[in-house]
Amino acid sequence: MIFYKKKNKYLSIFIFLLPSVLGLIVFGILPMLGSLSLSFSEWDIISGPPKLIGLDNFVNILKSEEFWRVLNNTLYYIILYIPLILISSLSLALLLNNNFKGIKIYRTLYYIPVITSWVAGSLIWKIVLNPQFGVLNNILNFIGLQGPGWLYDQSWAMPGIVLASIWKDVGFFGLILFSGLRGISPTYYEAAKIDGANSWQRFKNITLPLISPTLLFVIIISLINSFQLFPQVMIMTQGGPNGATQVMVERIYKYAFQYYKMGYASAFSWLLFIIVFVVTLVQMKLQKRWVHYES
Amino acid sequence: MSHNKLKGSIFFYFSATLIAIFMLLPFFWMISTSLKSSGSVMTIPIQWIPENPGFNSYRKVFEIFPFARSIFNSVFVAVATTLITVLSSAMAAYVFAKFEFKGREILFSLYLATLMIPKQVTMIPNFLIIREIGLLNTFTGLMLPSLFNAFATFMLRQNIKTVPDSYIEAAVMEGSSQFRIFKDIILPLVKPTLATLTVITFMEAWNRYLWPLIVLTDRSKMTLPVGLSLLNGQYGEQYNLLMAGSLISIIPMLLVYIFAQKYFEKGLSVGGIKG
Repeated sequence: MIFYKKKNKYLSIFIFLLPSVLGLIVFGILPMLGSLSLSFSEWDIISGPPKLIGLDNFVNILKSEEFWRVLNNTLYYIILYIPLILISSLSLALLLNNNFKGIKIYRTLYYIPVITSWVAGSLIWKIVLNPQFGVLNNILNFIGLQGPGWLYDQSWAMPGIVLASIWKDVGFFGLILFSGLRGISPTYYEAAKIDGANSWQRFKNITLPLISPTLLFVIIISLINSFQLFPQVMIMTQGGPNGATQVMVERIYKYAFQYYKMGYASAFSWLLFIIVFVVTLVQMKLQKRWVHYES
Repeated sequence: MSHNKLKGSIFFYFSATLIAIFMLLPFFWMISTSLKSSGSVMTIPIQWIPENPGFNSYRKVFEIFPFARSIFNSVFVAVATTLITVLSSAMAAYVFAKFEFKGREILFSLYLATLMIPKQVTMIPNFLIIREIGLLNTFTGLMLPSLFNAFATFMLRQNIKTVPDSYIEAAVMEGSSQFRIFKDIILPLVKPTLATLTVITFMEAWNRYLWPLIVLTDRSKMTLPVGLSLLNGQYGEQYNLLMAGSLISIIPMLLVYIFAQKYFEKGLSVGGIKG
């Protein structure tokens, strides 16, 4: 460690840490404690101070039909989104892991949705998915299929949001998996080729195990993101039709900033935290069965 | 062999182009819709290329909403947020990497612990704090929480750790102040990480939606995403207006992307950790 003059040292530490630690305390730790105590209280922001009501918020949320519907909607999203994003981003990564001419241009193009804001992306997809005047149904029509009502249809609204999310995220996860593929030493493939392994065997026995840590990362991040779905829903459906796309963050936002039920919304946000935490923990536990780390 | 190669390259270009069409078609539709008149947005059969293209919807978007103001706000907020985040995080990272003091490890693990907590948990009290100090509807209130960024601090700490102690010692001997050491030795040596963080922080600040939606209520204060969502609420069926607005909001980010592509790709692949 470096030798500093004592007096100067502590003054420097103080000054250099001040902005960041002030931020940590005021916008990190205090709000955590505040949110926890709010979640045991009832408060409409306007009248009087918050009133402690114990576990009532949590009990009411868990007893409400709405909470389970919201969870159900989220699961519907996850069941469609996770397999689709894994397959599409892995395929994209495999495709990009080539040396064809012009590959850089393709990579640049695939990235444009990633840098587009979710608000603009959702607006675009709202129009792409319009049942009559949108591009998608007109293409389906052209190949002889009758497209659904998408965002206007209770059972097709969530798949519509999933489609938009795949479009937005595939370039991002594709790039992460692509850098994972880049890390695999070509000697493995050469050895396998000499042993006479065909391309499917090489994929199954070399690529998949060696990329499994990156896949785990992609699964964890995309699951966390799935529970935090928000702008898509706010812009495309407002939680409709008939509550079919209501999700946790959208509920938290509306309870807090439209109905001014601060305590109820805080309790909701802690439930979100617990769910995300448990899901991530389960992932970490399950990984031992399928993730392969090179020793 | 060469036959196989040909088959391979046909397969590659075919699939790569197909995916590119899927990625770009929505943007094409956005541009096409934005150039249509209100009447020709909803016609059957649809017009892939507008019959009478015009910039009416662009003009109208600026008339009904202080859109020029929003563009300025977005640029200002994104640049200032990036500066605040990167500078404050680099300062803290320097201390965590190169100074020894009691409680350092505990403090740093507090930083890492906050990474696990979803922003939605702290969002409500943060709003109340900003409201309490009278900063609702101000850019200061919008940006103040950016002083603290655990992820950026972590990244920079890892990088600053690799700077040899002897460089700093030599400067201390020569009597340089800590500020000079930070500015002239540390920062130049971690430039690539700074660049990467700058780019991802800028993009996040540019695209941020939920926090500005809560803090900014005045139309003249709104950033582009919030303005667009308000536009969507009031003119939700005027597709040409919505698409004109969306296009305007995408272009600045697109330009930054084209000029700093290298840092984007690096930044996004490490930025994923943040979720």
